[in-house]
Amino acid sequence: MIALQLPALQVLLPLAAAPLCLLARRSGAAWALALATGWAVFAVAVALMLQVAGSGPISYAMGGWAPPWGIEYRVDAANAFVLVLVSGVGALAVTYARESLARKIAREQHALFWTAYLLCLGGLLGVTVTGDAFNVFVFLEISSLATYILIAMGRDRRALYASYQYLIMGTIGATFIVIGVGLLYLMTGTLNIVDLAGRIGDASLARPKLAALAFLTVGISLKLALFPLHLWLPNAYAYAPSVATAFLAATATKVAVYLLLRFGFGVFGHSQVFSRLPLGEVLLVLSIGAMFVASVVAIYQADVKRLFAYSSVAQIGYITLGASLASQTGLTASIVHLFNHAVTKGAIFLLLGCVALRVGQPTIERIAGLGRRMPWTSAGLVIGGLSLIGVPGTAGFVSKWYLVLAALERGWWWLAALILLSSLLAVVYVWRVVESCYFREPSPRLAQAPEAPASMLIPALALAAACVYFGLSTGFSVGGAAAAAASLLQALP
Amino acid sequence: MTATSLAQLALLVPLAGALLIAALGRWPNLRETATLATAAALFAIVASLLPAVLAGERPEAVLATMLPGLTLALRVEPLGMLFAAVASLLWIVNSVYSIGYMRANGEHKQTRFYVCFALSLAATMGIAFAGNLLTLFLFYEALTLATYPLVTHHGTEAAKRGGRTYLGLLIGTSIAFLLLAILWTWQLAGTLEFRPGGILAGRAPDALIAVLLALYMFGIGKAALMPFHRWLPAAMVAPTPVSALLHAVAVVKAGVFSVVKVIVYVFGVDTLAAIDGVQWLPWVAGFTIVAASVVALRSDNLKRRLAYSTVSQLSYVVLAAALLTPLSVLAAALHIAVHAFSKITLFFAAGAIYTAAHKTEVSQLAGIGRRMPLTMTAFAVGALSLIGVPPMAGFLSKWYMMGGAFEAGCWAAAAVLAISTLLNAAYFLPIVHAAFFRAETAAPAHEHGEAPWPMLLAMAASAAATIALAASPDTALALAGALTEH
Repeated sequence: MIALQLPALQVLLPLAAAPLCLLARRSGAAWALALATGWAVFAVAVALMLQVAGSGPISYAMGGWAPPWGIEYRVDAANAFVLVLVSGVGALAVTYARESLARKIAREQHALFWTAYLLCLGGLLGVTVTGDAFNVFVFLEISSLATYILIAMGRDRRALYASYQYLIMGTIGATFIVIGVGLLYLMTGTLNIVDLAGRIGDASLARPKLAALAFLTVGISLKLALFPLHLWLPNAYAYAPSVATAFLAATATKVAVYLLLRFGFGVFGHSQVFSRLPLGEVLLVLSIGAMFVASVVAIYQADVKRLFAYSSVAQIGYITLGASLASQTGLTASIVHLFNHAVTKGAIFLLLGCVALRVGQPTIERIAGLGRRMPWTSAGLVIGGLSLIGVPGTAGFVSKWYLVLAALERGWWWLAALILLSSLLAVVYVWRVVESCYFREPSPRLAQAPEAPASMLIPALALAAACVYFGLSTGFSVGGAAAAAASLLQALP
Repeated sequence: MTATSLAQLALLVPLAGALLIAALGRWPNLRETATLATAAALFAIVASLLPAVLAGERPEAVLATMLPGLTLALRVEPLGMLFAAVASLLWIVNSVYSIGYMRANGEHKQTRFYVCFALSLAATMGIAFAGNLLTLFLFYEALTLATYPLVTHHGTEAAKRGGRTYLGLLIGTSIAFLLLAILWTWQLAGTLEFRPGGILAGRAPDALIAVLLALYMFGIGKAALMPFHRWLPAAMVAPTPVSALLHAVAVVKAGVFSVVKVIVYVFGVDTLAAIDGVQWLPWVAGFTIVAASVVALRSDNLKRRLAYSTVSQLSYVVLAAALLTPLSVLAAALHIAVHAFSKITLFFAAGAIYTAAHKTEVSQLAGIGRRMPLTMTAFAVGALSLIGVPPMAGFLSKWYMMGGAFEAGCWAAAAVLAISTLLNAAYFLPIVHAAFFRAETAAPAHEHGEAPWPMLLAMAASAAATIALAASPDTALALAGALTEH
């Protein structure tokens, strides 16, 4: 029987465990609860993915109310893949977090941290799993509010400012999304996504349709930090606690990308959006802007966390670029990079957490000599960096392969060249970190520092190893992404 | 053991060796034994593949399925066999030399050095036996990354700068041009396999093939075609055994090997010969040959002179391959081996001079032949071979190259070969002459004789190999000749 309830459990488990964490109050108990929940949620996601792969999309009527009147949870190849990614990184981050939290956050706040963390996880999974447009907004707000708390818990006082900045930007984004959803409801009289997709084609009002699409795109783009709406991201990533940064970098923007794909392809349908409305062109230009501008800005950062935050903005550009090409290969590239980049950045930020444990806020100066003092951590960082560049044998190469292929399929060799040129910028910012780690004498703070504790190092290096694994064996990543792309493209002609 | 598993072993043995060397880091003697044993084992494996390949077998193995329809695969063919044999043989010689050099000069971080060396050889074997372009590209990049810590071994500011040029040019060209070319090929041909006769015939308009050729030739930065040759002199900051690795054993050889491989197995010699718009390649190669020789002539720093000599010699291979006749392709393959043996001898000599006499400039070498007769004799052997004096090995490849130039009716190529031979003589012979026939201008800062014996042994071995290659070139010729037979 439990197999039938999996879509609900996916969201209910973290949402129910969150208040329990608060009640548990003790740091250890709250962590244990979060750990158990994290891995249970991951197991549910894997089970869902297997179920979808075996017997096609699952429709779950919340509370027994049949869709389209009740709220429907709908799992297909696209969101099952994202669910596995989000819950997998979520679980790994909890496993890693104990030692990091113990040193970086006051003990009495630990329970609060885990409550916010689980709420955020539940919200993100909810956005992904639900088949109801308004429900998307609700879950998005749950995850966003929890995110503001998580960021504000950073020890640096600038974390408060970062959180406030994101609060303002995120709220504007959420408002835009709810206006877009409202317009859709106005035109079609339904909130169910499948239903919406069927009816939006009939709605003859071109202007509200355009307005709805515009509001949704801008709102979601704020959440996914599409250039030039990314201004909240660097501060948020730089000053949030390391665990939160790693978790958010790997999941929050990725779920927003999924949402963009779901609305763009699943609701409006790519023939509408990309041939009659100029979404493709807009995304293309902004993505190229992200790839180049954000990469160049990353090169000039002194703070390593900010450096990789700007790199995230650039890499999100690759993801949206793939989507803007609106082909099977392009969309596969987009989704596979969503996955690969989550793994890569997850690894990098977890490893930076190890560094932060020893030197405080990691800057290029402070990580000098890291290669000598913390060999495992810096080796992991190098692997993550190589994956960002897209060196063959790492996950990033696979993404780039599909992305360039999609550009060439269109006959756009200039775009293929731009993609490859922009990855040379990644070489520059990654090598700044590498040179500081390996060519300089250890900084005073590092001089006596031992390697990070194994409890943090093992999950972080596991993700770094995954960067290599998914570079050589792509059955899961490319297979999952191709299935997801196919399911999004066939939603509507 | 089957030939297929031997090919896989050739990849695994140096990897396992790297782990072993890392584990033995605390006991230098054991560690060096591990390096030598691994190198010997690798050569034995490669050598035992030889009879099968000469008999016409082409052992294949699939390592992994990287992308749908695209595998990481090995396939041993004659050119790869030749490259692997040269590289694995020279690794043994180079290891003996390294041990002498690194100990005599008291270098730091020797364990890292030997580990990276073994990793570089693993990548080299991957390149040599690559069954398709994707596999080749993977190991090509791996070789760049594995040699980076070697190039920057000293960890100084100069090393960091040299490393930047090295990495920037090699990674830059390979990502911006080579990867684009590979993806474009995949999109056009639907395969990346190396097939006799090429995979692009009839798949693309002539103009596009010309563009692809440019992307491949400049994308393979390791072949050091001008203007992407600067990484090679920049890498001179490395210890001398690393220079030998770069110039003779692995890196530049991987570059010209890839060039020949792409021309023969991706484009196809006949396909290229039939289209317009690809005739620029011999000109670029010819220009690189002459220009680099002139720079070499004007360099007083010995290692720098040798580096520019390498740039020039690499373009011999590119020029020969670009002439697109069976004879010239044979010469291209042969010259890979010839240059490897000759140039490693020259670098060994330069390193021995540095170790024993602390001299780095050509102008300081007057009379040094009397203190270091063995070293300078080896140097003379390498130099004469590269000039192309019979009966040295270099004469053979130049002979076939000339033949190819006549066959192609390309008088300009013949003229370039003649001019560059004169230039080679002009920048090598004065060194030999001064060393043996002129008196020392000033007494050296310290009394010295020859370098430590492991370095002498290595030098003697490589000089002997240069002569032996000329005396019995049958195996190398058979492998090179099999390249253009379908």
